[in-house]
Amino acid sequence: MTVLKKLFKNPLSLVGTLLLIAFILVAVLAPVLAPPPRPAEPYRIPRSGFKVEPKAPSEEHPFGTTEGQYDIYYAMIWGTRTALRIGLIVTGISVVVGIAIGSLAAMGGGWLDEILMRIVDIFLAFPFIVAAMVLATLLGKGLDKVMIAMVAFGWMGYARLIRGDIMAVREKEFVTAARAIGTHPFSILIRHILPNCIFPVLVQSTMQIGSMVVWASTLSFLGVGAPEGYADWGQVISFSRNWIISSGNNPFQYWYTLVYPAGALVLFVLSWNLVGDALRDILDPRLRRGT
Amino acid sequence: MINYIARRILLLPIVLLGLSLLIFLMMQFLTPTQRLMAFVSDPTKLRGESREALIEMYGLNDPLLVQYSRWLNNIVHGNLGFSSTVSLPVTEAIALYFPATLELVLYSVIPVILGGIWLGALAARRHNRATDHVVRVMAITGWSLPTFVAGLLALAIFYGLLDWFPPGRVSVWALPIIHEMKQFTGIYTIDTILNGEFGVLLDVIRHLIAPVATVSFVSWALILRITRSSMLETLRQDYITTARSKGLTERVVVRRHALRNALIPVITASGLLMASMIGGEVVVETVFNYKGIGWWATEAARQFDFPAIIGFALFNAMMLVTVNLLVDILYVVVDPRIRLS
Repeated sequence: MTVLKKLFKNPLSLVGTLLLIAFILVAVLAPVLAPPPRPAEPYRIPRSGFKVEPKAPSEEHPFGTTEGQYDIYYAMIWGTRTALRIGLIVTGISVVVGIAIGSLAAMGGGWLDEILMRIVDIFLAFPFIVAAMVLATLLGKGLDKVMIAMVAFGWMGYARLIRGDIMAVREKEFVTAARAIGTHPFSILIRHILPNCIFPVLVQSTMQIGSMVVWASTLSFLGVGAPEGYADWGQVISFSRNWIISSGNNPFQYWYTLVYPAGALVLFVLSWNLVGDALRDILDPRLRRGT
Repeated sequence: MINYIARRILLLPIVLLGLSLLIFLMMQFLTPTQRLMAFVSDPTKLRGESREALIEMYGLNDPLLVQYSRWLNNIVHGNLGFSSTVSLPVTEAIALYFPATLELVLYSVIPVILGGIWLGALAARRHNRATDHVVRVMAITGWSLPTFVAGLLALAIFYGLLDWFPPGRVSVWALPIIHEMKQFTGIYTIDTILNGEFGVLLDVIRHLIAPVATVSFVSWALILRITRSSMLETLRQDYITTARSKGLTERVVVRRHALRNALIPVITASGLLMASMIGGEVVVETVFNYKGIGWWATEAARQFDFPAIIGFALFNAMMLVTVNLLVDILYVVVDPRIRLS
């Protein structure tokens, strides 16, 4: 409860929390806000016609249509679901994998630790976006492939973090005590060690959710992510590329093709970053000195 | 110190071997036919029977270890296959497109490091005052703005609205001149100066400004944050108080005593910066249609040009490993506490 209270005290983290709640509400209420014309495939953006040129906001399309007559409003609403799903699933699985490997290394020690940590180093030798792009392409593109690729190259940070924290806790008296009464090492890890070093990992993962969504959108933008017509912010943004530079009499004629989806993406990342930043300040005693 | 550096250098081949193994294992998601493309320069000529024969001939159904050692041998001899997107062998494609990317990175690094350090130090000295807040907001904007969104905005404003900085690497009129002039480095800003083509130089610079500004804007937040917090930490140290009480001017205290010590974590972070910039280049080159290796890789990914994608991954990973090694060595050289222990 004190965490929530502190979260609401700072104006910046208050804004972040409210934004985040708004995004979650939009995602949950998506079927009400934008009823899918084909309920079996809610993530397919409805399109009115096949004309290339975007259409300005109107009664029928509140945010206008983008290249190929895809409805921007619909894409934004269901794209929120896509974004939350990607962020939570990718980060969640990465955290679990990271904790498993990090704990194995820390508890196993010796050569097991050495080998696992060198594997971590090798995975870290790839720039993240390059690795994700390459692996997603090799797997055959698509949003699910992008998510697999992001997990495959997203767990190492958590593994390192939890390993270090376990190493620090492992020698504490309560662990020795548990060991002395013959508790199974696995049970020591789950019951005594992990609860004591999980917070830094949770804070780290909150801050990562936003960037994971950005990376997924980036991959969609580059053309290895969501298939055409899927409700994904990155893809809607990529549709705008040809229209925002068609300079003529009115360079900002097609502003709505970029401003709405990009605005949503930026606000989404910002909200997670603000909340993550605040959580770090609240939960991490080492940072309380106020740097 | 020599010991440490020697150990790091000796470890390099092992890391590279691990990297190659990882990439090789990733390749196993492809079918033998898809992997065959690495050896074929004209895929249209491939028909059913000859395909089977070729898979057999190149041993693409052999045990993994045999295939791996053969593949590694090919790589060591510079044979990375054929990139169908640009109709060039992968090694030649890298040689052709890398200078363009290097040009972009080099010019982006300067504003990132100088701007990040200067503003970070400034924010720390004016801790919790207006300057500090402004700088922090700027950093958080750069950090939250996805690279491709920043790039598209830059494109919309500087090309769509103002028509100052067009996309691409050079204008069409300059292409024949560049093709005819002597290529020294492949970095156009240097080559045009050496050839005395100053008109083309201006055109090249005009094309560089927007992508460089985009990469710098999204990358400097990292350096700024690290400099700021490390500077805050340093300014609290006793030796800073000592320096001040000796009567040294604030300028000397900051430049000589604080900044030097505060910069050590920044050096450590420059490896991270490099990685984030490599990622940034892929996006920025695609947004601005700037033909470097990032652009090439995106095209390759869109067209399932597997040899190109693999070559790109291998090249990038090797570069990052080398840069990280250099950073680690530099770190030991700079920090006397590590050097002497």
